Amino acid sequence: MKGSRQRRFRHDYCIQAGGHVSKPKLAIYWAASCGGCDIAILDIETKILDVADFFDLALWPCAADFKYKDVRALPDKSITLTLFNGAIRSSENFEIAQLLREKSVVLCAFGSCASDGCIPGLANLTTRQDIWDYVYLKSPSVDNPQGIMPQTLCQVPEGVITIPEMWNTVRPLTQVVDVDYIIPGCPPQSDKIAEVVGAVIDILKNGKPLPPKGTVLGAGEKTCCDECQRSKDVKKITKFIRPFEIVPDPNLCLIEQGIVCCGPATRSGCGAKCVSAGVPCRGCYGKPVNVRDQGAKMVSALASVIESKDPKEIENIIAAIPDPVGTFYRFSLPESMLRRAQV
Amino acid sequence: MSFEPKILSILCNWCSYTGADLAGTARMKYPPNVIGVRVMCSGRVDPGFVLDALRLGADGVLVCGCHPGDCHYVEGNYKCMRRIPLLKNLLQGLGIDPNRLRLEWVSASEGGRFQEVVTEFTEQIRALGPFKPQEWSFNPVETVAPHHERIAAKAVPA
Ligand code: SF4
Ligand code: SF4
Ligand code: SF4
Repeated sequence: MKGSRQRRFRHDYCIQAGGHVSKPKLAIYWAASCGGCDIAILDIETKILDVADFFDLALWPCAADFKYKDVRALPDKSITLTLFNGAIRSSENFEIAQLLREKSVVLCAFGSCASDGCIPGLANLTTRQDIWDYVYLKSPSVDNPQGIMPQTLCQVPEGVITIPEMWNTVRPLTQVVDVDYIIPGCPPQSDKIAEVVGAVIDILKNGKPLPPKGTVLGAGEKTCCDECQRSKDVKKITKFIRPFEIVPDPNLCLIEQGIVCCGPATRSGCGAKCVSAGVPCRGCYGKPVNVRDQGAKMVSALASVIESKDPKEIENIIAAIPDPVGTFYRFSLPESMLRRAQV
Repeated sequence: MSFEPKILSILCNWCSYTGADLAGTARMKYPPNVIGVRVMCSGRVDPGFVLDALRLGADGVLVCGCHPGDCHYVEGNYKCMRRIPLLKNLLQGLGIDPNRLRLEWVSASEGGRFQEVVTEFTEQIRALGPFKPQEWSFNPVETVAPHHERIAAKAVPA
């Protein structure tokens, strides 16, 4: 990359009008999120003190009380770094995503929800209507004889109450606003977060060039299998089994033991944490470099270990994978080629 | 206007493409709905090709390779044989009729077979109707006005 095209943080980002130096601002936001990403940030332990020391917080709903209107009142590009976790599934999520984009110099999609849609994105297997029908009418624990459904606007004696509009399709942050960097993982591993935050502080302090836009931070270039310590013998299998059915051999590749492991279609970076604990990788770091669709990659990977040349037998073997979409796209359906199920 | 299916056929270089070529040079008639793409081996057919084709507007995808045992690269078509059914299950889970995808073995000498397969598959897709993927890209219609603007704009129901 040409030096002249590299973006640098200049020191005046940290100098306010009037000349006195102030700390750079940090925002951490959750959209359609489980809160796990925020907890993962707190999990960087004592390094969180460096963060608190170096940055001024502009917004962090999980940890402190801020109002959106205060963020709206900030000048554009006055937040140096925003770590945005959670997917976009409502008008509020979208509105705040746009707002934080305007106000931030660097916007990071933080965690799998923001980068790939993740677990909330599995809502794309159905429709908003079906979700509402189930949640407000059909679920066995619901008692709603009048069939009251949520309204976005409601008149009460004191005035109008509003709630955000829920979208039919869940989208990752990367599909709705321009994102600078991606930090994958559900949630990103805390040691990786500490690394990234440390690097950011270093860049800001020392005026170093930023990595090229679009860089995936806190993750590797290869696949989870590459980090996995289990031995791969290229053994073929004649049947798939569910993880609870066996106590897996601790040293042998799980796929070669018949357990569906998404390691071959998942980006490295976590250190193959689940796999080393004996649990198959579910794919939370998203697709590796040069793979466009995690599910399609898993189809190739699993098909290549099946030991059979008989179409009927092959069909029986793969029938033992009960939910290919939910398994292969557990973290990436909204970022897959087709984005959602056709319903 | 009546529906004319758009079908992508992915043909292996050594058998099926030659088979399709034979159908052409022998002036066999078949529906003009298929667009052929040549790959070196049916084992090269990445499941992503099929999803991409559907995403970009194909109504059906036909994959053709050498008969089992005849693969130029010995095992390639067996790889394809194992991928396609798993890919069909994936399509089913995504709410797409798995019959939009078909795997056939067509050898270099089977021009007639290529003609039959294409004719039959075109009719099959015609019966299924057009495939219109919903919202695979960002749909601005859903980007309703920001929350606070909506409140001002909408009449409030009593
Ligand atoms: S990426 Fe995972 S941990 Fe983070 S908000 Fe989404 S579901 Fe929660
Ligand atoms: S498939 Fe899973 S168990 Fe096997 S090498 Fe890859 S990550 Fe390890
Ligand atoms: S092993 Fe897989 S599922 Fe587990 S943390 Fe790593 S990438 Fe995520």
